[in-house]
Amino acid sequence: MENWSLVSICVLFGLTARWAVSLNSYSGAGKPPMFGDYEAQRHWQEVTYNLPVHEWYFNTTDNNLNYWGLDYPPLTAYHSLLCAHVAKLINPDWVELHASRGHESYGHKLFMRATVLVADLLIYIPAVVLYSFYLSEGSNKKKVCTVLCILLYPGLILIDYGHFQYNSISLGLALWGVVVLGLGWDVLGSLAFVLSLNYKQMELYHSLPFFCYLLGKCFKQGLAGRGLFLLVKIAVTVLVTFALCWLPFLSDPGQILQVVHRLFPVGRGLFEDKVANTWCSLNVLIKIKTILSTDTQLYISLTTTLLAILPSSIKLLMKPTLWQFKLALVNSSLAFFLFSFQVHEKSILLPALPVCLLLNDLPLPAIWFLQASTFSMLPLFLKDGLLVPYVVTSLAFLFFSIYLLSALEHCSEDKLRLGPYRRLLICMPRMDLGRVTKWKFYFSITAMAGLSFMSVALAPPAQLPDLFPLLVSVFSYLHFLGLLLYFNIVQIAEPPQSVRKNQKKSN
Amino acid sequence: TQCLFTLVIAPDTETLKLTEQQILFYHSTDFEVHRNWLAITHSLPVSKWYHENTSEWTLDYPPLFAWFEYSLSHVAQHFDKEMLVVQNLLYTSPATILFQRLSVIVTDIVFIYAVKECCRSVREEKGSKDLLGHPFFILAALLLWNFGLLIVDHIHFQYNGFLFGILLLSVARHLQGRHLEGALLFTVLLNLKHIYLYIAPAYGIFLLRSYCFTEDNTDGSVRWSSFSPVRLVALGSIVISVGALSFGPFIAMGQLPQVLSRLFPFKRGLCHAYWAPNVWALYNMVDKALSVLGVRLKLLDVAKLPKASMTGGLVQEFQHSILPSVSPSITLICTLLSIMPAVLSIWCRPRGARGFLRCLVVCALGSFMFGWHVHEKAILMAILPFSILAVESREDAGIFLMLTTTGHYSLFPLLFTAAELPIKVLLMLLFTLYSFTSLKKLFRGSLLNPLETTYLLGLVAVEILCEVVYPLSPWQHTMPFVPLLVTSVYCSLGVCYSFIRLYVSLLRQHGTDKHKQL
Repeated sequence: MENWSLVSICVLFGLTARWAVSLNSYSGAGKPPMFGDYEAQRHWQEVTYNLPVHEWYFNTTDNNLNYWGLDYPPLTAYHSLLCAHVAKLINPDWVELHASRGHESYGHKLFMRATVLVADLLIYIPAVVLYSFYLSEGSNKKKVCTVLCILLYPGLILIDYGHFQYNSISLGLALWGVVVLGLGWDVLGSLAFVLSLNYKQMELYHSLPFFCYLLGKCFKQGLAGRGLFLLVKIAVTVLVTFALCWLPFLSDPGQILQVVHRLFPVGRGLFEDKVANTWCSLNVLIKIKTILSTDTQLYISLTTTLLAILPSSIKLLMKPTLWQFKLALVNSSLAFFLFSFQVHEKSILLPALPVCLLLNDLPLPAIWFLQASTFSMLPLFLKDGLLVPYVVTSLAFLFFSIYLLSALEHCSEDKLRLGPYRRLLICMPRMDLGRVTKWKFYFSITAMAGLSFMSVALAPPAQLPDLFPLLVSVFSYLHFLGLLLYFNIVQIAEPPQSVRKNQKKSN
Repeated sequence: TQCLFTLVIAPDTETLKLTEQQILFYHSTDFEVHRNWLAITHSLPVSKWYHENTSEWTLDYPPLFAWFEYSLSHVAQHFDKEMLVVQNLLYTSPATILFQRLSVIVTDIVFIYAVKECCRSVREEKGSKDLLGHPFFILAALLLWNFGLLIVDHIHFQYNGFLFGILLLSVARHLQGRHLEGALLFTVLLNLKHIYLYIAPAYGIFLLRSYCFTEDNTDGSVRWSSFSPVRLVALGSIVISVGALSFGPFIAMGQLPQVLSRLFPFKRGLCHAYWAPNVWALYNMVDKALSVLGVRLKLLDVAKLPKASMTGGLVQEFQHSILPSVSPSITLICTLLSIMPAVLSIWCRPRGARGFLRCLVVCALGSFMFGWHVHEKAILMAILPFSILAVESREDAGIFLMLTTTGHYSLFPLLFTAAELPIKVLLMLLFTLYSFTSLKKLFRGSLLNPLETTYLLGLVAVEILCEVVYPLSPWQHTMPFVPLLVTSVYCSLGVCYSFIRLYVSLLRQHGTDKHKQL
């Protein structure tokens, strides 16, 4: 069959899965007074439609910031405004100021789900198809398989179409950045990334690799001549894009400060709920939150984050290739997730995006990571009533990715790039690290299934009501930490000969 | 076999997925029908099964299916006991829904096994190395991902996967030459759901002609002397013993008339509320057009017209105003006449199990075209077995594409809520795109002529008109039946066309066979 038909079948399948999940419940459904993220997005439509721009980020009589105040950058606000205009056309009640608060109805749910689907279809899915066809290696069939596996990643589907958010926009724009940079159009790539940063500030997790990659490229071309020109071009693009996005707020410095203050709420503490990152996991042993002051927490997290991203960034700066870039994106965003301040469990989607891009190169570790990332959000899914979609999409993803990418056949030491481990473990008895990895994978998947089952079926002991969410987050944390080390080692160790050759070709 | 494995698992995950969503917001009448049957078979003695009428959805499947429900109910009681109480009408707890949906998925295993057996008996061409290009792979995908089956079973709710599994398994057994097993399976199937009586003539004549007569004359006609009474007795004992097992207890209790009256309710109208796309849809349409025309030309008096005729499509009873009304016996005669040539052709010139399969498809389609109170879902009875022929011959592939696309589109009104619109469109596109591209690749070239392509593209226009444009127009309130009417009339054109082409292909084969012998 021709490629186009195979790709369309994959895309249709991905869309079906998305819409099927979207028929389920959303966060905060029928839970007054605060509801959930769904209501937050609806509320932003209401606010942006009815209030003038300069009131969006301020606490006024018409805009109570304590009730889902706008805390995303301007592009999100514009997007809400756009959706609000459509909503107004369909049913004015949906965006009525004050009166629409907590509005829930069948029609409105359909409308909101449709907005996610449209955004996904316009931004994320084309980027995935382009990436797989232009920037990944292998036969056409392999590329089609990659498209399908990326589109079926359960974490993103469940958060966007179940829980309710627009991650596919910010992630999609970042992916456009990667694709365009990979094709060699540096200016357009930086434009796409700045847009994604202006849609969701969490994209900062990806910013350092973008910066290092572009800077490294400028260095390579020589900072005296063409490199400088390129640097200036990129800098101008970034500044102009930023200025355009922030245009309505530029007139008054107070506006800018207020927006920035809304975007980075430092006062909210080191972490909330149960997150699979270092601080939450450490909290089991030491109660950091109570021992240290907020400032100290801030400094500690800043230092550790910087330390964790330093090696991969320096390596990327020295050697700005696409391969290094993808790995640096993983390493940087994962380090941010594990060590930075005020991390949400949903932020795991940010490292998950670049890991999706590695599905073709390092199938087993990538699948492992993606599955662990979905698993780490289990408590959230249970709260939203998304158990069945979680089980089904996870099973489907595992099945399709392992089978189509033949993940379990390609796990020799060489393919998994485990050479450096061999050198580290020189004193250990000789064993086949590839096989060990495979068994660890089986064990971990079984454990995830077991923990999922226990979270659903068993009642936690009375004195430890948070036992299962905690176990889930610590267990996933161990995965993330191990994979952070692994991806760092893969990035820093020189790639094997064959890969290097391919890279030369693609450059 | 590895690829089969993929395909086997894939739809399961898919079906699960489709299933899960339905949990929260939508239950079809068939869902309640089956819940009620679970309750009846579980809580009442056998003697009351066919007398119970608390719910309007009385047990109207043959006894074996009642026993099937009975065995399911023993699992069901571990999910939620309340669903097994007859008086709990429209009872839908999450556990009930989960159980019902899971029961469909689990019993689908029969279907998957049957597909595997069918794929084994497909003729393979040599040379093709690409896995995706193998006929057996395409067949597996066409059957397992069949759009109609997915939406009817997993969204709407019925146990067709299980039933068609038995049908396909029986067909596969005939293709493999294991006729007694095939006959046994079909008898069981008949006792599960009597709608398969429509294809019983194909089975009966085929088994009689090609199994009970062991040899042909040189010109292909029947050699009467080769009749094997042993084989006939074997067949007969299978049929009678299964029938006795199923209906025996009811005959013993003297309830046979009661059971039969439940199984064949001729009190319903000629057409279902939504007209299945068959000859009667066209007939009704012509009648309506004539009556409107008559009123316009002042030849008819509006007051004298039967009232229901002006709301057609939403009311069960449809009275014809100009053309003569159709009685059940007329539909029966039409059906018999329509399948007669096909059945005669396999009697006169048997062409093995494949000829039988073609005849079976003709019977299924013929009864769909002319039957009494036909449901749109019955089109699957022709589409699924036809898939096997479609991957083996170019001409059949063309007919198959016409038939499946129109037939599947005609199922759209089954899912009518706005939330299901994207799902049905996406799934339909998925299946249609796959069937077109894979069959085109298999037979290396276009399979449809421009007129057929235009007709099929017209379906897109119909869909947009009926589900997007019309609801926004002012006529939605005054004449809400128009979209259904347009859908069924448009689809019935395509189904009739496929039926005629199928017949032509059958008779032409008949002709060429004769020609060869001359």
